[in-house]
Amino acid sequence: MPQREGSPFTGLATVALKEAADHMTSARIHLVMLLVLLTAVGAVYAAIGQITATVSEDQFLFLRLFTTAQEPLPSFVAFLGFLLPLVAIALGFDAINGEYNRRTMSRILSQPIYRDALLTGKFLGCLIVIAICLLVLWLLVIGLGILLVGLPPSAEEILRGLAFLLASFVYAGVWLAVAMVFSTIFRSPATSALATLTVWLLFTIFWPMLSPLIAGAIAPVDPFDPMTAVDRVEVERAIARISPNTLFGEMTLAILNPETRSLGLVFANQLSQAVIGAPLPASQSLMLIWPQLACMIAALLVLFTAAYVSFQRQEIRA
Amino acid sequence: MNTVIETRNLVKRYGRHAAVDGLDLTVEKGEVFGLLGPNGSGKTTTILLLLGLTEPTSGTVRVLGLDPLRNPLEVKRRVGYLPDQIGFYDNLTARENLLYTARLSGLPGAEASARIGYALERVRLSHAAERRVGTFSRGMRQRLGLAEVLIKRAEIAILDEPTSGLDPQSTQELLDLIGELSREGITIVLSSHLLTMVQEICGRVALFNRGRIGLMGKVADLTSDVLGGTHVVEVEADGVDLRTALAGAPHVTGVVEQRSGLWRVDADADARPEIARRVVAAGGSLRTMSIRQTTLDEVYVRFFEEEKVHAAA
Ligand SMILES: Nc1ncnc2c1ncn2[C@@H]1O[C@H](COP(=O)(O)OP(=O)(O)OP(=O)(O)O)[C@@H](O)[C@H]1O
Ligand SMILES: [Mg+2]
Repeated sequence: MPQREGSPFTGLATVALKEAADHMTSARIHLVMLLVLLTAVGAVYAAIGQITATVSEDQFLFLRLFTTAQEPLPSFVAFLGFLLPLVAIALGFDAINGEYNRRTMSRILSQPIYRDALLTGKFLGCLIVIAICLLVLWLLVIGLGILLVGLPPSAEEILRGLAFLLASFVYAGVWLAVAMVFSTIFRSPATSALATLTVWLLFTIFWPMLSPLIAGAIAPVDPFDPMTAVDRVEVERAIARISPNTLFGEMTLAILNPETRSLGLVFANQLSQAVIGAPLPASQSLMLIWPQLACMIAALLVLFTAAYVSFQRQEIRA
Repeated sequence: MNTVIETRNLVKRYGRHAAVDGLDLTVEKGEVFGLLGPNGSGKTTTILLLLGLTEPTSGTVRVLGLDPLRNPLEVKRRVGYLPDQIGFYDNLTARENLLYTARLSGLPGAEASARIGYALERVRLSHAAERRVGTFSRGMRQRLGLAEVLIKRAEIAILDEPTSGLDPQSTQELLDLIGELSREGITIVLSSHLLTMVQEICGRVALFNRGRIGLMGKVADLTSDVLGGTHVVEVEADGVDLRTALAGAPHVTGVVEQRSGLWRVDADADARPEIARRVVAAGGSLRTMSIRQTTLDEVYVRFFEEEKVHAAA
């Protein structure tokens, strides 16, 4: 790579703002947002019904808004885990190849900016949209909670809520990066959308079924050695954690259920002195999810780098 | 004169196929330089190499003394580009589209809108400035692309088939505009298939053939190089073999029988009196005789005919 002059960030803000504005006004995003909003409100509304019906003494009533599932509706977190990737994919699947197909790429890249600025700007623009969308959802849930439950959230609940917001943001970011990678690799937006959705389906639906199978093959259980059973569970967990959905699920579990003490196997001797069912302080819960969060951020960076490398070498003939 | 574009032994391969194969090209400041050649002869690829939009396999490119891969920002700041198939954001208006690229090129807001207004006027799109580009015709898009080059106030404008899809009137307007830009001191490199147009405005041209430059020079020089003459005399005469009659005649460089009784004579000056004299002297009856300047079309056709013969041989 030859030495380059000038800042790779020239034009970054311009691209990011233009992208964000484009998405905010696009019919595609409006549709996805509407879907997310409706399901979210539905889930929270159902949860509130459940919570007020049981009227239990609960220290974390507000967090239950996020996690309570009222049959047949899943909980708000479950919905988000399912729908956030869709939002991110809708934002990112045609980020780069869309420019080629509109034949705007060569016009944009003949301006004095680096390709870095275009790619990063697009990524940031989509992240801005995701952040705004998540913030709106979050405020909506809190607002509904205050209105319908009639209780203000405690400081700890707000803190945990914010941590949840951050986790969701990073989770959506990972899926956005996946979509961006495919949008640089495939020239056709249909192909890249399909490829991204395939990965999404794999991790959302098939991974939970596959990971026990793979673990069974890698670490068979010997009925006479109990440690092999433990190994197997560990292996299965490690494989399951390749999926960002698993990581997100574990993070929300730890953040939104303060009673969660560990995200892995717990042995009885490790629990001596512990008061089962007693909540962990917020700082401890955050410590608990730190590895998951770091993994997701790392995955995001790796994926973004992949998109960057593939884009940097491309010929701009459109 | 100083050189603004220079390539040396430039090669670009796609797999085993060389799209550009050892190109040596120099363009001087203030020139209007035409890239000609059949489809797939490497014109667009050459332009992409000049702009650093694709990496050369080997060889060097210097634009304004800079390497487009090493100093891409500086090069792109000073060079305007009109791609062959130009696209815009259809959901934005003409002005918004231009504003976006103006921002990307680092123009402050007030300066940008002043230049955009002026450029739109110059390509006669002021009336459509607030319309979404999705509603634009092919020619309007082409003109909008040119407006973008104007806004940049580039020192070099590289136009890839700027007239494709334009009606005759717009083509003429575009030519006038290019002429104006050239008089303002902007160096222009353009590729085109409209040879008459190229002949009209280009100072020098390069004829591309399978990734190489077959011929390069002033249009007048090329006509004399390839055809041996700058004038074509068409002679209709009966009862004479013009080829023998004109053998050794001054200024005549070639005689071809196009059909029975119709001859085409290449000459490097107006040889009509001599031809008439010789036809009559040989006992033929002269019916009509017309003269015109050799066009680039003829050079082009002849050049590639010869190439085909060479390739077959
Ligand atoms: N990405 C690519 N992969 C392989 N070959 C390519 C690629 N892009 C161009 N080529 C080949 O390179 C050659 C030159 O193409 P180029 O676009 O430069 O031609 P051109 O002179 O601009 O033609 P036209 O007049 O049709 O615009 C062609 O033979 C083309 O098939
Ligand atoms: Mg071309």
